Amino acid sequence: MAGTAEAPTTNRIGLQKKDYAGSKSTLCIGCGHDLITARLIDAAFDNSIKPEEIVKLSGIGCSSKTPAYFVSRSFSFNSVHGRMPSVATGTALANRNLKIIGVSGDGDTANIGMGQFVHVMRRNLNMVYIVENNGVYGLTKGQFSATADKGSKLKHGQVNHMHAIDLCALAVELGCRFVARLFAGNTKMMRQVLQAALAYKGTALLDIISPCVTFNNHEGSTKSFPWMKSNELALQDIGFVPAYDPHYEEMGHGEERVVKLGDGSKITIKALDKDYDPSNRAGALQLLAEHHESGKVPTGVIYLAEEAPRFTDHLGMVDVPLSSLKEDTLRPSKAVLDEVMDSLA
Amino acid sequence: MATAQAAEPETRTIVNDLVLHVATANGSGSQTSNMVLLRTLFQMGIPVSGKNLFPSNIQGLPTWFTIRANGKGWIARKQDADIVVCMNPDTSDEDAAAARKGAILIYEETLNLADKRPDCVHYAVPFKKLIAEACPDVRLRKLVINMLYVGVCAQLFDFDMEEVRKAISTQLAGKQKAIDLNVPAVEYGYKWAAENLKKADPYRVERMDANKGKIIIEGNAATALGLMFGGVTVVTWYPITPSSSLCEYLEDYLNKYRIKDGKRTFAVVQAEDEIAAVGMLAGAGWAGARAFTSTSGPGISLMNEIIGLGYFAEIPFVICNVARTGPSTGLPTRTMQGDVLSLFYASHGDTKHIVVIPNTPKEAFEMAGEALDLAEEFQTPVFILSDLDLGMNFWMSERFEYPTKPFKRGKVLDKEALDKLNGQWGRYRDVDGDGIPYRTYPGTPHPKAAYFTRGTGHTPDATYSEKPEDWKNNMDRLARKFETAKTRVPKPEIVNNGHAAGLIYFGTTTEAIREALAELDDRHGLKLDQCRLRAFPFTQEVEDFIHRHERVYVVELNRDGQMRMALGAELPRLAGKLRSVLHYDGMPLTAENVVSQIVEFERK
Repeated sequence: MAGTAEAPTTNRIGLQKKDYAGSKSTLCIGCGHDLITARLIDAAFDNSIKPEEIVKLSGIGCSSKTPAYFVSRSFSFNSVHGRMPSVATGTALANRNLKIIGVSGDGDTANIGMGQFVHVMRRNLNMVYIVENNGVYGLTKGQFSATADKGSKLKHGQVNHMHAIDLCALAVELGCRFVARLFAGNTKMMRQVLQAALAYKGTALLDIISPCVTFNNHEGSTKSFPWMKSNELALQDIGFVPAYDPHYEEMGHGEERVVKLGDGSKITIKALDKDYDPSNRAGALQLLAEHHESGKVPTGVIYLAEEAPRFTDHLGMVDVPLSSLKEDTLRPSKAVLDEVMDSLA
Repeated sequence: MATAQAAEPETRTIVNDLVLHVATANGSGSQTSNMVLLRTLFQMGIPVSGKNLFPSNIQGLPTWFTIRANGKGWIARKQDADIVVCMNPDTSDEDAAAARKGAILIYEETLNLADKRPDCVHYAVPFKKLIAEACPDVRLRKLVINMLYVGVCAQLFDFDMEEVRKAISTQLAGKQKAIDLNVPAVEYGYKWAAENLKKADPYRVERMDANKGKIIIEGNAATALGLMFGGVTVVTWYPITPSSSLCEYLEDYLNKYRIKDGKRTFAVVQAEDEIAAVGMLAGAGWAGARAFTSTSGPGISLMNEIIGLGYFAEIPFVICNVARTGPSTGLPTRTMQGDVLSLFYASHGDTKHIVVIPNTPKEAFEMAGEALDLAEEFQTPVFILSDLDLGMNFWMSERFEYPTKPFKRGKVLDKEALDKLNGQWGRYRDVDGDGIPYRTYPGTPHPKAAYFTRGTGHTPDATYSEKPEDWKNNMDRLARKFETAKTRVPKPEIVNNGHAAGLIYFGTTTEAIREALAELDDRHGLKLDQCRLRAFPFTQEVEDFIHRHERVYVVELNRDGQMRMALGAELPRLAGKLRSVLHYDGMPLTAENVVSQIVEFERK
């Protein structure tokens, strides 16, 4: 009706976009990380996740500050450098029903945090693990990280002579079942993959090339906006179809690959470049290896396997969170103590 | 033929007072034999202790087990053994050489120790020959040969064979084949000794009734039980001697007794290292679990960064340090009270931690539950300071009492509480003036439940802050919280008879101190008051104790007098009264050592 303000859009649980907002970002203007933050807000809103059921965990670094900038109604834990995976694991043990979003950076994950990264990839926690990957340390002013490509240059000319650590290849190798490489500048793909990752039951590793506009956006950098704009090789056109979507049935036919997720939603993957099969583990590793040589950066879903039992499923725990258990369950009877004491007498 | 050769004719009889030292090779099954000896004495009602001295190795290296039985109840380690059983040819010369004058040596006859120590009593036994007769199956001989010395000792020192058989059944509970193999071996040794050895020493044991209602247990098992009854829910750990058996016991107990409708009411996770173990605790404690790990000194060093985070972000979890000898890998299978300072002030910046210090398995059981309570009550990492001697050795103990006090879960706001407050709360506000704020568990279904947890500076409402006044106010509140803890941690155990000199001690030195105090009184006419510390922060009683005495000895198992340093730092006005009595060779304390050091001090 003319003249009346339109009611604000709400999602399926009656929340508005502003309910998923965070504090104002304090990162540099134009930082790739802020693009990721914005798409995370969109994805959480679109998926109608209760903010209280999300926990955001991070380590230390520019990327690890970002949990303050989205979904303030969610619990958040900015922990210590490189150790977010263990804190996330403990959180999942105490409350297996929480959806964990871990935000880390390339230094926080591939340098100081490599030990914990590889072990958390083995576990298959209920977690989206986002690496905001810019190849440099921001907070300490521009040193290389271990994801910097061989031959790439720092702002003042130093060249990296070491092989880059490919977190996607490692994740595939270590048993992670949802592995994507994304570019923060490709917001459309990022949004769809984030939605799918949030719906996925298990660990989703998203290695997002997220340029540092202050320390790594120059000529000679292979993690800059210009470099990524000319070298991104989008593998697929990716769609996310929630279960309630009116077009749910029609979606996912023809040339697309469709993977159904535990909550009924599905991810549709239409190959763009060649018919790349993201369900083939060996093929995924081959693709990544090939492009280390070509210098191109393939983006999209690198590897996706059907959902499998998660770490917490293997532990045989009660269905309710351990944090909800009370004394009546947690303290065995006096007869138990008597039995143990008798056995030691 | 084996005969006993006495250095001089023995006419005395010594009843229920012996130290029996057995030297064997690691991995030879000698633990079972030694436990049978220990259990037999225990079942005969004689106070007894068993200490295992083992190498950092799995098989083949020398290992020793020392049993002390004493009718008066003195069961601390003693410097010299009365009876030495030499089963390990690699160490028998050394073992014999280390024996005191007049000691009794029991050994494989081919070792020929008679010539080497003519001043000792000798029982040469053809163990190898006997085992061939006692055990037809060649493959099993290695496993039961040690049972022969059990039989020989039983015969020589009057162990009750019925009790020996019962001890074997208890020790090998449920393994009937093993029982059927071991009992005849013991009996064979007994019979052989009766027929071939001539008693030439004064030692014998006699049934008494001092152990009624008691149990035998290792401290690590006791701590594990305390945690189970204390409602632990998340256990993460990384193996390290001498703490590993704690989490292994705990997992076994939990799997047996904490299953509900076929499902576990707990999670036990072996982490990739100690940093991950404590990181998991931080996540679990934050998310509302009663979280626990055990480790030893090197593990504490690795955990330091996250311990600081736990202190500053105010996250509850419990770490038991089963201390060993350090620094570095040090002597991983020896004991030390060497991590006093590294626990009290663990991590960078201004940190102080609540530490409880048990001295017996019973107290380890009680304090484990108490530590879980204190952690949640004070929303902070809490430590249990144990050591190898308590954790891995065998102690007689009173039966544990069933805990009846309800769990203390601390100040937690749930949805209903938040509704009542209209969502008006701040994570780090000191509402009650005791320095302890309120918290919510992640997942609490209230739009105002969430807060941001960080290791960086923050305001009372948990927002980021670099303002000097915010930082200082928060640190002052944490100090206030620590002051409150002084009124809630376990109080010291004090015996005060108005003497001029006092003695402060803690943990596993207790048995040696009891014996030393009796001896100082009986033999030297020296009387001291006593204060056994049971926690950090030091409570008012500790300050009063030092204040009331002219001089106070602080006994501890480390080189630098760490507890004395901590007392001096916390109570600087009283520091001048403190004197260190130290013992730091990796072995448990002896009464002899305490007596000689204090006598020397007092004579000055």
